[in-house]
Amino acid sequence: MRKFTHLKGLVAPLDRANVDTDAIIPKQFLKSIKRSGFGPNAFDEWRYLDHGEPGMDNSRRPLNPDFVLNKPRYQGASVLLVRDNFGCGSSREHAPWALEDYGFRAIIGPSFADIFFNNSFKNGLLPIKLPEAEVDIIFKQVEEHQGYALDIDLDKQTITRPDGKKISFEIDGFRKHCLLNGLDDIGLTLQKADLIKAFEAKRRAEQPWLFA
Amino acid sequence: MPQTLYDKLWNNHVVHTEEDGTTLLYIDRHLVHEVTSPQAFEGLKLANRKLWRISSIVATADHNTPTDHWELGIQDPISRQQVETLDANIKEFGALAYFPFKDERQGIVHVMGPENGATLPGMTVVCGDSHTSTHGAFACLAHGIGTSEVEHVMATQCLLQKKSKSMLVRVDGKLGAGLTAKDIALAIIGKIGTAGGTGYAIEFGGEAIRALSMEGRMTLCNMAIEGGARAGMVAVDDNTINYLKGRPFAPKPEQWGAAVAYWRTLVSDEGAEFDRVVTLDAAEIQPQVTWGTSPEMVTTIDGAVPSPDDFADPVKREGVARALQYMGLTPRTPMAEIPIDKVFIGSCTNSRIEDLREAAAVAKGKHVAANVKLAMVVPGSGLVKRQAEAEGLDRVFRDAGFEWREPGCSMCLAMNADRLEPGERCASTSNRNFEGRQGNGGRTHLVSPAMAAAAAVTGHFADVRKL
Repeated sequence: MRKFTHLKGLVAPLDRANVDTDAIIPKQFLKSIKRSGFGPNAFDEWRYLDHGEPGMDNSRRPLNPDFVLNKPRYQGASVLLVRDNFGCGSSREHAPWALEDYGFRAIIGPSFADIFFNNSFKNGLLPIKLPEAEVDIIFKQVEEHQGYALDIDLDKQTITRPDGKKISFEIDGFRKHCLLNGLDDIGLTLQKADLIKAFEAKRRAEQPWLFA
Repeated sequence: MPQTLYDKLWNNHVVHTEEDGTTLLYIDRHLVHEVTSPQAFEGLKLANRKLWRISSIVATADHNTPTDHWELGIQDPISRQQVETLDANIKEFGALAYFPFKDERQGIVHVMGPENGATLPGMTVVCGDSHTSTHGAFACLAHGIGTSEVEHVMATQCLLQKKSKSMLVRVDGKLGAGLTAKDIALAIIGKIGTAGGTGYAIEFGGEAIRALSMEGRMTLCNMAIEGGARAGMVAVDDNTINYLKGRPFAPKPEQWGAAVAYWRTLVSDEGAEFDRVVTLDAAEIQPQVTWGTSPEMVTTIDGAVPSPDDFADPVKREGVARALQYMGLTPRTPMAEIPIDKVFIGSCTNSRIEDLREAAAVAKGKHVAANVKLAMVVPGSGLVKRQAEAEGLDRVFRDAGFEWREPGCSMCLAMNADRLEPGERCASTSNRNFEGRQGNGGRTHLVSPAMAAAAAVTGHFADVRKL
């Protein structure tokens, strides 16, 4: 996994609540057996005027000029600003894969759906929960200032706004450690293989019907 | 100290807990399907890892499989490749059971697991699919995971988790005639919102829940994720135990007594405390119909489409306006006056035998209305299909003008050829009414199987109790 330590990035605002993972990456692209290449189809139904299918040359498709990520001022954005319950619905990890492949490294919003939140950390994509009032201020500032960028320091757990204001954020200690060091969970868990084997042996003795 | 069912399930699976509460949780059952597993198997191969416990894996192909003309195979080459990749991965890595495309026990993963007894009380159950919450109906700790976690469970038999908060949703009293678990689920989501359960594991309890069959409890737990909760669960009782007896992967007779004795303990203790308690009166629940693009955008059949002006919060108001535009609906239109184009009876929410019986009871002796272009019934599995045919339900549906299809996820998410065309309006027994969910531009209204059948035969949403 790619490390996340520090990011200074252009912010793109997605001002709607309950953005679901079907919207982030529509089902027809889930037929892929790969982990990469989903970026051009992130938000496909909102982003393009035609209907997308796998295998199309996305660079030739008509863009929807009204969709916020298509506006010239947000090109190159690496921070996505969102509203409540972002990432609800399907557990598809293709959603964080698509956002990461598009170029986002951090998502800031008041709340996230649990599975999406969890999946993001596995892909070097940092979801940050901030109080609604703070999110409102950032939405307003993004709107008012072209080129609006935030400075995110994961180690210090701070976001610095262009006006100099620092905002602290919370993050689970273990997830922070993994992101800062780009660690793969499986390798870490397998260091505890003896504990797992011992647990499993006890379970097999107590509830043998589970091991039929 | 009295424990909740969730406490008991959690404590029974803790391998190790770090100081910050991050816990290594042991996983008993891993259900696998073709969409979210290929990258996980690929990861194992790249790292030269094997499955930790082959006998924990039960797999099937469901999302991409067609629901008609099976003799032609899977026509879409990309869908076919994904299904064949699962075939090859199971062959290489192994599984307790695999029900591939066309197998008589193939079906939607959340229908197939329980009906084979692969889901047992007290288990932790995971699957790369958010509707894994379904299995909580059996007093399991069951939830959806992403593909990285699928790989993690394959390689280590564990998940890294932090304990959720606990919520009790208690539904007191008796449900009225013509009402189902689906109506309870939508009423709960209407009350708590689609993010109401975020960060919680929900236990459903109360007289109305106890009165539900296992099929009904699966419908309810299935929709827990639509209320934001990764896991939903119901305590063990006689219904649970009677359902499991004799199923292929249920405990053998010599272990049955010990298993049942343990399962009986899988209830919240008297006096156990929950972080949040929500109560509903079953007698007040009316047939539910969604009007928007989120399951919380729901009302009753005698209700009407709301106006954005009804909502004070600007983000919500904007969301409602956008939803009504997408859905092509005008504020104040009575729900019962909205005509439909298609009907879908199926999905991991509502494709079990009881669902098909309820829909058939409404369709019997009637005919699909002239304005309805397609009314399709997609059984949840090969076993459900055969059972329904043995009961003559296929005849009832066909005589009434419904199409009787082969099992699979079908038009719940439209990964196969079954889909809505832009602008088409569908009465659907599935779980999500998101934009484009059933096909680009399609308009989904979530209802119970009985209400879907009522819509099919009248051509518009209709109160099943008044037909």
